Amino acid sequence: MKLYDWINERIDLDSAVKFATKKQVPVFYGTVWYYLGGVSLFLFIVQVFTGILLILYYQPGATTAFESVKFIVSKVSFGWLIREIHSWSANLFILFIFLHMFTVYFAKAYRKPREITWYSGFILLLLAMFFGFSGYLLPWNELAFFATKVGSDIAGAVPIVGDFLLKLLRSGDEVSGATLTRFYGIHVAVLPLVFTLLLGLHLMFVQLQGMSVPPEQENLPHDKRKYMPFFPNFATRDLLLWLIVLNVIALLAVFFPWELGQKADALASAPAGIKPEWYFMFMFQTLKLIPAHVWFIEGELFGIMMFAIAGLIWFLVPFLDKKANQGKRSLFWKFVGIFAIVFIAGMTIWGYSV
Amino acid sequence: MKNPDRKKFLDIMLGAGATAWLASILYPISKYLIPPSVPDSNVTNVDVGSITEFPPNSSKIIRFGRKPVIVIRTKEGDFKALSATCTHLDCNVQYKTDTEQIWCACHNGFYNLEGTNLSGPPPKPLAQYNVRIANEKVIISSEDMS
Ligand code: HEM
Ligand code: FES
Repeated sequence: MKLYDWINERIDLDSAVKFATKKQVPVFYGTVWYYLGGVSLFLFIVQVFTGILLILYYQPGATTAFESVKFIVSKVSFGWLIREIHSWSANLFILFIFLHMFTVYFAKAYRKPREITWYSGFILLLLAMFFGFSGYLLPWNELAFFATKVGSDIAGAVPIVGDFLLKLLRSGDEVSGATLTRFYGIHVAVLPLVFTLLLGLHLMFVQLQGMSVPPEQENLPHDKRKYMPFFPNFATRDLLLWLIVLNVIALLAVFFPWELGQKADALASAPAGIKPEWYFMFMFQTLKLIPAHVWFIEGELFGIMMFAIAGLIWFLVPFLDKKANQGKRSLFWKFVGIFAIVFIAGMTIWGYSV
Repeated sequence: MKNPDRKKFLDIMLGAGATAWLASILYPISKYLIPPSVPDSNVTNVDVGSITEFPPNSSKIIRFGRKPVIVIRTKEGDFKALSATCTHLDCNVQYKTDTEQIWCACHNGFYNLEGTNLSGPPPKPLAQYNVRIANEKVIISSEDMS
């Protein structure tokens, strides 16, 4: 290990290794939940890799985008595979972030001293959804075109800054080639940079603070609590799982390909079956159910306000749940979490069944 | 601190300086992000083709300046022209030949052929355009001809 010594003499590798081997992962019924964040991380890495490969052939622009994706999937060797993996991994990425967030929520891992980890995680979820929203438009097909029209129009209904937001997103008044260029820039430059920085912080907090355990575990006497070393025990399990996930993605990509659909046309009627990506479905379905006017405000504005308030409450949970900081569980916040899951799952299923 | 007034003064100067500095960066960026508005091309008339291109109970979306307009020929042979942009969330509407209504597929909104919103989420009616037939040609216009 000459190289190791050479580097170690200069930047003290020993302490990093010591840190990794000394880090303990609690072993109890909830240990499996600790893998979810790691899987999300892995899926992001897959996105960066496949995304960079897609950039090599993708051409933004109203007259080139659809054609270039068609070219990728039909002419470029394994182009279909890269695109399918990027699409499937994008969806699983969001799914795993949601799962990760809910398990962390019920384990009360957001309580002191890990509030900032929760805040940064919540913003990462929003960024990931924006990743998906901006990527969805890139193939410039009919479904994505109208979904983007609807999505950006909703942003336009926000009081005061709505008009600015709409023009900012669309690069003008209409969804057009200019919107596509802008979404491309957001998708491949702005979001990767911001996401990577924030993810780095999120992971750093986790490393510095170690793994949290639910209050019941924390209150157990010391000799009743079990641990395994992070390195190599937990890390090998992590890696094995990543390998399995990659295989699952490959199977999905081959057997359940994503359709490219029809090219977008600003003069076509919106076809039946316009739907956003599944992780926006619960909001989409809710907006559909709200009547045109609620009291004296427009239905969509009412819906936006409701979701903004709900999102803010979810974001501020570490601050609002006073009992968690005393290492106690509160029934109220348990029900809030269950309600959130039932609402999201219910609305999503409803949205797909009509 | 020997002189609290002096510290306060310096704090204010520093804060104001930082704010001015930030504003001088953020203002041009926020302006840059919104593209210059393209002046409306002042279209008042659009020739959308000859009558024969519109069989009864059919429709077509055409471009009127920058806006999509749906031209409908009813079963009886009359022409209607309405904004094709749903007043709910901006999707393009379509003509339903079976019920002779205008339908928006995005959230199941219905309008009648006068553009009045009948059911579903649309909060406002669709704007109407004038249709004139001259030399067998269908001409859509936005000016009030009554
Ligand atoms: C550095 C990171 C990334 C880069 C460079 C990148 C690049 C690209 C490119 C060039 C496309 C257009 C090609 C195509 O449509 O197939 C695309 C599409 C897409 N991206 Fe990404 N991407 C990145 C990360 C992500 C992430 C994290 C998500 C997750 C939510 C995501 C979701 C999507 C989606 C849903 C599409 C549309 C796929 C399709 O239907 O073809 N991307 N991306
Ligand atoms: S956009 Fe037409 S009903 Fe929603």
